[in-house]
Amino acid sequence: MAKHHIEATVNGDDVEFLCETEETLLDVLRDTLHLTGSKEGCASGDCGACSVMLDGRLVCSCLVLGCEVSGRRVETIEGMAKGESLHPLQQQFLEHAALQCGICTPGFIVAGKALLERNPNPTETEIRYWLAGNLCRCTGYDKIVSAVKDAAVAMRKG
Amino acid sequence: MRYEAPKSLQGAVALLAGATGETRVLAGGTDLLVQMRADVVDPDLIVDIKKIPETRAITEDRGGWRIGAAVTGAELKEHPRLKQAWPGVVEAANLIGSTQVQGRATLGGNLCNGSPAADSVPALIAAGALATLAGPDGARDLPVEDVMLGPRKLALRRGEIVVSFWLPPRPPRSSDAYLRFIPRTEMDIAVVGAGVSLTLDNAGTISAARVSLGAVAPKVLLVPEAAHAIVGTRLDVAAQQRLEAAARAACRPIDDKRGTTEFRVDVAAVLTRRAALIALDRARTS
Ligand SMILES: Cc1cc2nc3c(=O)[nH]c(=O)nc-3n(C[C@H](O)[C@H](O)[C@H](O)COP(=O)(O)OP(=O)(O)OC[C@H]3O[C@@H](n4cnc5c(N)ncnc54)[C@H](O)[C@@H]3O)c2cc1C
Ligand code: FES
Ligand code: FES
Repeated sequence: MAKHHIEATVNGDDVEFLCETEETLLDVLRDTLHLTGSKEGCASGDCGACSVMLDGRLVCSCLVLGCEVSGRRVETIEGMAKGESLHPLQQQFLEHAALQCGICTPGFIVAGKALLERNPNPTETEIRYWLAGNLCRCTGYDKIVSAVKDAAVAMRKG
Repeated sequence: MRYEAPKSLQGAVALLAGATGETRVLAGGTDLLVQMRADVVDPDLIVDIKKIPETRAITEDRGGWRIGAAVTGAELKEHPRLKQAWPGVVEAANLIGSTQVQGRATLGGNLCNGSPAADSVPALIAAGALATLAGPDGARDLPVEDVMLGPRKLALRRGEIVVSFWLPPRPPRSSDAYLRFIPRTEMDIAVVGAGVSLTLDNAGTISAARVSLGAVAPKVLLVPEAAHAIVGTRLDVAAQQRLEAAARAACRPIDDKRGTTEFRVDVAAVLTRRAALIALDRARTS
């Protein structure tokens, strides 16, 4: 069976790639487009390490087929820093030491950004529920929640 | 493995009906991709239904609401008027998985995956929802409680798909609620789920009700005896006790590490009563 020829937008750039039906968007991002920021923690939708935005919606890229993104807009962790300047969430994760091994971090930051775009001033409960699909085996979550809170403050100040 | 994303219902039905080998409809993929990855299913043809407009719309229809089978939980949440008319259906759909899963998971997939613990199904059954199907022999409507026959067993014929769900018109003073019990606060499979929909008359007496229970039998149950227990009452303590007894009597649960039979039966009674009280409260203020 011939591979699918897919055209999509990834982090604002037009990209073309070939994929098999069974390849997930995460496979395509990591193995074909060499965007290895999105991680595979489980490949079953449980850990959120593969979180990306698809047409403005937060999804697990391990639960999307590569061929489904034809004509659509994908945003990954690689698109968040603007040149040398980090996104406020990235900056706050560093300042709060909200990461240890770092496997979960891209997913948390992408998911955190999706939250703050919808809700610029979330409560701690709202942050915890929104991020319930992102698992971290190292930090114990408190530093992550604080980082998201402080990024919200920084972003509101502009 | 072939992948097709037809733009019309006829296209999807023709592909599914004409295929040799194993076929699977793809909606949000939050069950299907997990099953493919675990080698539980290995379809020869995947038919993605998300480009078919009828599966993606929320519209008012004959006084009620029509929800496309491939509308996501996140989209339901963002529809204030639907949420006002059917808070129980929307809250049940929004219990499915995480924010990420909500971005993809659909009502059609939740039903057609055929799990007795599917969260949105008791709420749809309590709502009296009809599933509108399209297939090689045309369209037909089935009450949602008749779609699932048992674990992974559906009443759909070869080539048939669920296109949308129709929720009936809502009389004044009507509302619904869905509650589930899980061992954690988020991201788990229901040990018991209970959906209740009811309508009050001018005097505040329950004039109509539907009760549905999930995860306590091989399929999601409609429990008419539980509805009978509360119709004609104001859900006083005696009616609540009859409701609990009817819910208990309907349960035929499994016994496993997530919940013993005895526990599931107890929880079913408690959740049914609480869901009925929430629905009552909402109906009074609706
Ligand atoms: C991390 C995680 C957490 C979850 N938590 C929950 C939970 O709390 N509660 C819960 O109930 N479920 C949960 N699920 C399961 C799943 O998300 C839901 O069942 C969801 O509603 C499935 O919808 P989908 O659109 O993703 O289905 P898909 O995976 O696309 O499809 C599921 C099945 O239905 C068939 N199908 C889909 N649409 C149609 C249609 N319109 N007509 C005919 N057949 C169709 C497919 O062929 C497939 O067999 C969870 C899943 C994950 C990965
Ligand atoms: S890798 Fe996708 S959710 Fe874990
Ligand atoms: S930092 Fe290791 S999993 Fe979160």
